[in-house]
Amino acid sequence: MTAKKRILVKGAEAIALGALKADVDCYFGYPITPQSDIPELMARELPKRGKVFLQAESELAAINMVLGAAATGKRAMTTSSSPGISLMGEAFSYIAALELPAVVVNVMRGGPGLGGIEVSQGDYFQAVKGGGHGDYHLLVLAPCNAQEQYEFTARAFELAEKYRNPVMVLSDAILAQMKEPLELKKLKIKRYSVEEWALTGAKGRPSRFIRSLFLDAEELKEKNLTLQKKYKKMEKEARAEFIIEGGEEVIVVAFGSMARLAKEACEILKQKGYAVGMIRPITLFPFPKKAIEKVLEASAERPPVFIVPELNCGQMVEDVKLCVEGRAKVISLPYPPSVIPFPEDLEKEIKKCLKSSSIRQRA
Amino acid sequence: MKLEVILSGFGGQGILFAGNLLAQTGMVADYNVTYLPVYGPEMRGGTCNCTVIISDKEIASPIVKKPSFLIIMNYPSLVKFLPRLKHNGRAIINSDLVSSESVEDLEALKKKYRLYFVPVNSLAESIEKPFLANLCMIGAFYKITGLFSKEQFKKALKAILGEKKAHLFEPNLKAFELGAEYIESHYSASKKGKCKSRK
Repeated sequence: MTAKKRILVKGAEAIALGALKADVDCYFGYPITPQSDIPELMARELPKRGKVFLQAESELAAINMVLGAAATGKRAMTTSSSPGISLMGEAFSYIAALELPAVVVNVMRGGPGLGGIEVSQGDYFQAVKGGGHGDYHLLVLAPCNAQEQYEFTARAFELAEKYRNPVMVLSDAILAQMKEPLELKKLKIKRYSVEEWALTGAKGRPSRFIRSLFLDAEELKEKNLTLQKKYKKMEKEARAEFIIEGGEEVIVVAFGSMARLAKEACEILKQKGYAVGMIRPITLFPFPKKAIEKVLEASAERPPVFIVPELNCGQMVEDVKLCVEGRAKVISLPYPPSVIPFPEDLEKEIKKCLKSSSIRQRA
Repeated sequence: MKLEVILSGFGGQGILFAGNLLAQTGMVADYNVTYLPVYGPEMRGGTCNCTVIISDKEIASPIVKKPSFLIIMNYPSLVKFLPRLKHNGRAIINSDLVSSESVEDLEALKKKYRLYFVPVNSLAESIEKPFLANLCMIGAFYKITGLFSKEQFKKALKAILGEKKAHLFEPNLKAFELGAEYIESHYSASKKGKCKSRK
């Protein structure tokens, strides 16, 4: 192995380091387990760099401070965990409507309600389908290790500015608390000009107005159509990791920490002679439709079975079904919070799915 | 090479510190590592465990059903994790809190696993640092596995202690050495050979 310079950090710290790498201007947040290592590192590092760290009085205040800072063209972010993210839902909708760049990290824990502090992926719908009101989307990135949490958080700022849209990094309790080696790679994070729109004081230019209230029906319609065009454009950011050689009978689709468990389960199955492949969505919105399309096109005559294990009661499976459009069998493997399968258990479950589906095929 | 280690004991025995140190040492020795602590509403005196994986390949799952190595600091941990140990797996057991007499079917277990009984509390107390029993365990682990060098361990220890706790370096290293020496003198190669021939 090559001797790279690596440091051993928690995923949460990797997120904070990624934000610092992107030269974040301000962090606003409110503590909640299991993400508090992020503000802890930020509180230590940001003041040293002459940047803003502020512990707000609530999540509601924190996200609205992000909105305000973003409106002035500053790189602003907040982080929280599931119940805290719910509190921010209203402002996500506002930030999306105002077309402001902002970065939000959700370190998911078990829900609904106050839930627990165990790992979960139960906020998939909330992240991908909205969370707030109205027709809007966040761009959602799903890292699966410390290195990606570092790189994706940094890249989130670039994407947020590119599309002037809030970007969410979707982590979870395992990914954030686990320590792994991190290589502090140099990253090229582009900074887009904010001169055209930022509220920077109207000296020497006409004053600007950023708002999300459109009482004129036609105006509101136009606003929505513009937003939809933007979401369509975002589709080119869709990314997925492919572990496919061709001729697979089973494709496992999993993201985040579940992808780590699934990868191991697939390895075991491969060793036992099963033709198993895997797709790991890296962007959850836009969902990597093309990845699934590619598999279906390559196997039109004998499509594989798609198996979707998740650390929730079955959410991403709906998006997989939307992509498959009935052309193949899609099976959900739900694991509600606090029930984390070992890779061996997952392997058995996948085999069980195979048996039942082949029986059905024969009948 | 892939070694899955579960470290377990009472809260306050330095389980998480030892796990973190082990992962850091593995990284210094150029392996891929994961260190997964189990966080719950834990307290001093409660149970506590963590999982460390050291591998020369990419590590997919950070959780392990059947570990290949156990570091057992108290009796409840032995009851909980020994049944999960892989066949031919190895375990270091704190013999100050888990005497070999108290282990049921020891002879049968010895056929299945390689067990190392090390009185880590007594060793740590012999240098008047009773809270360094965890470092004695790491020393024993080092001697048994040979996964990393002493120099690599020292580098990792230094990194973890940082400047603020640099004064703790020497006592930690001493405890590490005691653990290693115990394995050397009680489970040396010739003795291991005898064990094997007995089987």
